[in-house]
Amino acid sequence: MRRQFDSPIVILGSRLLSPYIMVFGWYVIFHGHYSPGGGFQGGALLAASILLIRVAGGRRISRLQIQEFATTPLAVIGVVIYFATGLVSMAMGGYFLDYEMLPIPGLDPAWLRYYGILIIEIGIGLAVMAILIMIYDNMVRGEDYA
Amino acid sequence: MLDFFTGHYAYWFTIILLCVGLYGILFKKNLIKKTIGLAILQISVVLYFVSIASKWDATVPVLDPNIPVDQVANYLNPLPHTLMLTAIVVGVATLGVAFTLLIAIYNRYNTLDEQELIEKIQ
Amino acid sequence: MILFAGVLIYAANDLPYRGDPDNLMHVEKSVTNTQVKGNYFVQNAYRDARTPNMVTVVLGDYRSIDTFGEQVVIYTAGLITLLVLRRTRKIRRALK
Repeated sequence: MRRQFDSPIVILGSRLLSPYIMVFGWYVIFHGHYSPGGGFQGGALLAASILLIRVAGGRRISRLQIQEFATTPLAVIGVVIYFATGLVSMAMGGYFLDYEMLPIPGLDPAWLRYYGILIIEIGIGLAVMAILIMIYDNMVRGEDYA
Repeated sequence: MLDFFTGHYAYWFTIILLCVGLYGILFKKNLIKKTIGLAILQISVVLYFVSIASKWDATVPVLDPNIPVDQVANYLNPLPHTLMLTAIVVGVATLGVAFTLLIAIYNRYNTLDEQELIEKIQ
Repeated sequence: MILFAGVLIYAANDLPYRGDPDNLMHVEKSVTNTQVKGNYFVQNAYRDARTPNMVTVVLGDYRSIDTFGEQVVIYTAGLITLLVLRRTRKIRRALK
């Protein structure tokens, strides 16, 4: 962004719109078992709610939200949640990503699969959100330091 | 004849979209326009896969307790939907990589035109 | 290009009708008398994972290793943007 100027209407509108998009993103992730939705779509919506503030407010306001250095650890956390689920189920005696072996007591194998899918979808959502923000940040920065 | 048309028009539209994207990749000189052509081609493949997953008189692949699951003619085929769901996200990521490379090229050579770029590289 | 489009449209005329339930993709048994995968998913998704959304079950359970590879791919794409653009900046500073 070479040139930046403040417009209160744009910032106010995006501030009004952004929390609702974020709530809808979490709804899409957690309600993905019963309606169309899931990790990828919810992650894209979360990234949209954060990128809206970044596009509207510029670098100074976006520093108050998720900072630029925080996106890479978030993506790593998302990937590690997925991979650790597979590793835990493999350490408990099943195959890789076999959710029947997850160590949650008192549940049928079918319900264990239900919660396993929920856990990995949260991981997918975090990773997709962090990576979309990371691509945007790096593109803006690469253009600035031309 | 009308059956033939309603059964095939989706294929024709995706083929036209694929040819638009391929034209953008092959004949445009600007690298940004080539990337846009790549995105259009990818979207055409996604639309083709979604269109072949449809069935007449079937509902979406979310289980409804009123509709029995034993007859597979009641539900759409969920496999192409899943494949394309992942393909869309990978498409976004690869587009990000493509634009990153374009930004790097522009920072170094100050142009995105193909001919000028070849002359400057040599 | 128009010729290519014509060839493709001529080839598409032999494809089966869109949405016909008797397509090879949609019937229960395939030509070699094995079970077609999509219909296995439709019939057994709720019994296996108690999740009504079949797309989620296929994405997260049956094809979960595929999805894991997917996530690694997008993570690699993010890292590529990080590495390429940071490195450009460092080279610029070194040149100055």
